[in-house]
Amino acid sequence: MGEENSFASGGAVPRVVIVDDHRLFRSGVRGELGDAVDVVGEAGDVDSAVSVISEQRPDLVLLDVHLPGGGGVEVLRRVLARHPEIRFLALSVSDAAEDVIGVVRGGARGYVTKTISGKELASAIVRVADGDAVFSPRLAGFVLDAFAATDAPPMDPELDRLTQREREVLRLIARGYAYKEVAKELFISVKTVETHVSSVLRKLQLSNRHELSRWATARKLV
Amino acid sequence: MTETASRTDGPPRLYRGRHDRLLAGVCSGLARHLGIDPVVTRLALLALGIGGIGIAVYLTLVFFVPVEPETDDRPAPDAGARVRRRGRDISQLIAYMALATGFGALFLLFGGVFDPLLWFLVFATLGAAILWQQANPAERSQWVSTSVVRERKSLLRTGAGVLLVVIGATGFLAFQQQLQDARAGLSFAFTILAGIAVIAAPWIIGLVRERDRERRERIRNQERAELAAHIHDSVLHTLTLIQRRAEDPREVQRLARVQERALRSWLYQRPADAETTVTPALERVAAEVEEAHGVPIEVVCVGDCPIDDGIRAALRAAREAMVNASKYAGVDQVSVFGEVEPDEVLFFIRDRGAGFDLGEVPPDRMGVRGSIIGRMERHGGSARIRTAPGEGTEVQLRMPRTPDPAG
Repeated sequence: MGEENSFASGGAVPRVVIVDDHRLFRSGVRGELGDAVDVVGEAGDVDSAVSVISEQRPDLVLLDVHLPGGGGVEVLRRVLARHPEIRFLALSVSDAAEDVIGVVRGGARGYVTKTISGKELASAIVRVADGDAVFSPRLAGFVLDAFAATDAPPMDPELDRLTQREREVLRLIARGYAYKEVAKELFISVKTVETHVSSVLRKLQLSNRHELSRWATARKLV
Repeated sequence: MTETASRTDGPPRLYRGRHDRLLAGVCSGLARHLGIDPVVTRLALLALGIGGIGIAVYLTLVFFVPVEPETDDRPAPDAGARVRRRGRDISQLIAYMALATGFGALFLLFGGVFDPLLWFLVFATLGAAILWQQANPAERSQWVSTSVVRERKSLLRTGAGVLLVVIGATGFLAFQQQLQDARAGLSFAFTILAGIAVIAAPWIIGLVRERDRERRERIRNQERAELAAHIHDSVLHTLTLIQRRAEDPREVQRLARVQERALRSWLYQRPADAETTVTPALERVAAEVEEAHGVPIEVVCVGDCPIDDGIRAALRAAREAMVNASKYAGVDQVSVFGEVEPDEVLFFIRDRGAGFDLGEVPPDRMGVRGSIIGRMERHGGSARIRTAPGEGTEVQLRMPRTPDPAG
């Protein structure tokens, strides 16, 4: 389904499937979100997640990175192959670069850590369900780091480099600014901020720069 | 000397005895290996010793057979028995010596000491024994030592064993005047042997690899178990403390954060030296402030570089700013962002708290002016504070990098 009308403008609430192998955490999130979203299903491993998502066709999937049976990346791979319209927001305790970059490159449109408050999570869900991207300060830092370490000329300048504006937006997000605050700081609209972030997300997902993967692996290895 | 061939599956590996030995522990070890009484092996060796062969056998075994390892999981004789046996050792030894001397004298009287044929037989048997002992997959797990030296030694032993078998067999045939007759048979045998070697090589290589893998696995498991024990212990402590301090939410949160940070550093982080580069140093400063004041501080740092005097000052200023935010802003979160640019290092410390009017801070309040702005400017950097009542506060610290001497 994946309605294109905006959830942020009120009216319908997004239909959400929660995928996490900790049952306690699932019910906790469910409780915290309350009426802000409509939780239509839960799953605790890759196989059941794929079947629940295929059955329910939710607007958004809250996806844990570490899952028995292949991890969140495997869910992304199998669901997006058949239902590319379903949006994913990764939610994890891990803030390891490898996990973050991995799941975003796998197709998630945002990454937040589980320490996020219920209110912030609800707004992140609405944002991602509307097709925007959600970057936590840490993800913004990782992206800056990954795109900064470039001595070699980029293979595809369009994809392999961030614009000055995108860097500015990411730096403000890394400093803890909300989109609204970023917009105010840079004298642009919130919509423009969202556009910049989505564009960064696209570059992150599509760029073939091997620095990107090498960087993530190096962060893991050292 | 065909005892080694009579071994059944799963006897203990051949070691020289450590506790119940008379001389070098050869006979006791052999006896345990074969599952018979040491007296039998001792007497057998003594009988062989009469021809001189036993002595050679004994010395060779002393040289080639490793001493039984200290950490012994086999049922060792209890301490009392060991002491008693040790007491008996000398007298037993004397008895055997006497016996040997007696036999030796008898044999000398009747002659016939050195028969080369016998020597070669001994070589062959010894070699076979050594090989048997080396290639014993069932007992691999008992290879307690993991040192390279031991590994090389075992290779050496295998080589020596093969050599001995070949010398023994060849010599035996030569002295039997059968070498010429056996030539055809020999080439046949060599062909067969080569064939077998080709067949067995993968298996042997596999065995070696498996052993290496097992060893690595064992080390890894051990590390994992230690780490798990460590983590579980500290988590249990924290949980206990949380239960006891349940009425104090701030303290509970502080405990949880401390534990979370510890777990994260175990799980995800590289063991970096906090004193040498910016990112770990900034994270450590934040952790210390957080621990002292109980307000969570989220640190994001981009890039990294070694710390110099200017950066050290900037880190101190950043710490001051974090302390201020934790103490006065009245928020439950402080964001810290560090960025290492080619020519400068930037720190941003931000909270969404009360904020204050910068103009109304009395000149005598040293916190902001002295330890943040003053400190930065003394080291050639700058500090900017953006704040207004109700708007939160952001401290921006900028410190130029001194050119890296390495380039």
